[in-house]
Amino acid sequence: MAECVARGEEPEILFWVGCSGSFDDRAKKITKAIVKILNHVNIKFAVLGPEESCTGDPAKRAGNEFLFQMQAMQNINTLNGYNVKKIVTGCPHCFNTIKNEYPGLGGKYQVVHHTQLIQQLIDSGKLKVEGGAFKGKKITFHDPCYLGRGNGEYEAPRTIIQKLDAELNEMKRSREKGFCCGAGGAQMFKEAEKGNKEVNVERTEEALETNAEVIATGCPFCMTMMRDGVKHFEKESKVQVLDVAEMIAQANDL
Amino acid sequence: MISSIIFIILLASASYLFYKNISKIRRNILLGKDIDRKDNPKQRWETMAMIALGQKKMVVRPVAGILHIIVYAGFIIINIEVLEIIIDGIFGTHRVFSFAGVLYNFLIGSFEILALGVALGCAIFLIRRNIIKLKRFASKDLDGWPRSDANYILITEILLMTAFLFMNGSDSILQSRGEAHYIQAGSFPVSSMLSPILSGLTNETLIFIERFCWWFHLVGILAFLNYLPYSKHLHILFAFPVTYFSNLKPKGEFQNLETVTNEVKLMLDPSLTPPPPPETPLKFGVKDVFDLTWKQLLDAYSCTECGRCTSVCPANQTGKLLSPRKILMDTRDRITEVGKNIDTNNGTFADDGKTLLGSYITEEELWACNTCNACTEACPVNLDPLSIIVDMRQYLVMEQSSAPAALNSMFTNIENNGAPWQFSPSDRLNWASED
Repeated sequence: MAECVARGEEPEILFWVGCSGSFDDRAKKITKAIVKILNHVNIKFAVLGPEESCTGDPAKRAGNEFLFQMQAMQNINTLNGYNVKKIVTGCPHCFNTIKNEYPGLGGKYQVVHHTQLIQQLIDSGKLKVEGGAFKGKKITFHDPCYLGRGNGEYEAPRTIIQKLDAELNEMKRSREKGFCCGAGGAQMFKEAEKGNKEVNVERTEEALETNAEVIATGCPFCMTMMRDGVKHFEKESKVQVLDVAEMIAQANDL
Repeated sequence: MISSIIFIILLASASYLFYKNISKIRRNILLGKDIDRKDNPKQRWETMAMIALGQKKMVVRPVAGILHIIVYAGFIIINIEVLEIIIDGIFGTHRVFSFAGVLYNFLIGSFEILALGVALGCAIFLIRRNIIKLKRFASKDLDGWPRSDANYILITEILLMTAFLFMNGSDSILQSRGEAHYIQAGSFPVSSMLSPILSGLTNETLIFIERFCWWFHLVGILAFLNYLPYSKHLHILFAFPVTYFSNLKPKGEFQNLETVTNEVKLMLDPSLTPPPPPETPLKFGVKDVFDLTWKQLLDAYSCTECGRCTSVCPANQTGKLLSPRKILMDTRDRITEVGKNIDTNNGTFADDGKTLLGSYITEEELWACNTCNACTEACPVNLDPLSIIVDMRQYLVMEQSSAPAALNSMFTNIENNGAPWQFSPSDRLNWASED
């Protein structure tokens, strides 16, 4: 972003990569897929790079409102400093926080999740999608809580998957009834409380019951949890866990 | 004449007692902190119409939903009959609405069909709870009073409906025998089926049965009314205000604490003039019911313990201690206890050494939450146990610094590195240069 400004350019959209997308090796692949799509359709975008900082989502869900607001206000300072108007995020948690919780603290932007942007690109004809490798494949979609129930977006990722000519098989609990992957509410960063099962194992079991070859999702945390679940059932060779953005990038040979 | 006086005294004292107990609940709810839920009145009325009146979220589970609608419709519509009972009781008349002729016959006929529906519905509910033992009703959340409470309600409703049908059954036979006072009115599609039992009886016995059932129906309803403040059944009234005051924002949005905003602004910009220190020291998060908002307390009183929230909670369903239903039940138990404490101490609360967090709700329950909003989505009346959980986490973190160690590391990482893991901010763009 700083370079854009130095060159006197104003990007159309800011890509908010998120901490997972920046540091987690698996999630970086999602980041690259999103970038490939943005480049493919010639959208002028920028990233904040080292100036991006955690949105504060995990701190807020864990009860640390101080830390959340510290992060929020610093990020809002940065974003407002660059006069950012439109943001696409690679993570439903960043999406939810910036879209819903930043406005009250002075950060008002038009925020979309990457699945929503991809759907807009397809709808407007800028992005053509053919099934490619996914044609006829059995796919199930795991709803990220903060995209689905949190913000009511159930259709964008499904519309995209259907464009791939794939066979979308829903899990028993999907859309409004979707079952959490086990990472939300800052659970990602701690051991689970005592119980008789891990949440991600329960959810992956349900995903595997659909006989899916691909478990699709739209969240880097869900990605981690579902991949761990697939490993738990030793199905890595048969079942892939992919972000919707990666599927589009692969199908279009980007 | 005497019966009219007894009737009026009963009606007046039952109404007064109910008013008194509801006023106490209102006082207890207003012990909570203020929250603005008066915006968008149009959307609020619509929400109430759809969710409370229209039962939109009940039918997500069709069996329970449809049975509930039958019982609910029966309950509402049969109240027209109760109005007639009240007028008859005060003036000593009999079937005072019968002047409506055909319409009256139609009404009485439909009440009978509904009454049968209510009785059957309640019977199926009893079977689901006590014989089939559905998981959410067999849960230990309901051990003791809550389980009995549910059964008492269902049995009472069956008894009330039975009394109503026997009253009509005797009445219709007395009508056909031309007994004085029993004017020809009403149609009796259901209670006429009782005639094999009733038709062999003498007029005196039938009058006794008719009068007994009439009084039983009335006293039963008045007693039931006064049972509500002590029962989960309060939801039949509170479902309306509680849905009106629903959270209308996206479920993912958690409220920003204004007190924290002020402090954070000061920390980031030391040039700001700090406001005068508040009279009571700032406290963050929720430890006891006084720290909750009135909406959260209203939620607690409105919960009918159906357990749909708990049955979809990922933590609960994988064996963790957390149950969103229990969070609301604990909150109601505690606010009830606080209310009693205030009553016995002449209007002020005397410290009883207990708090909602600690005495009722444990840290282990709170830390098991995924904040996934499955509970708030599943609740048929939009209750929000999740907000109570997060507010209590705020107390644990900001007042007691007692978050699990792993979360404290996460906080430290965010503070120092701007990411929940220990990575340097300067590495944020590494992905761009990697294969």
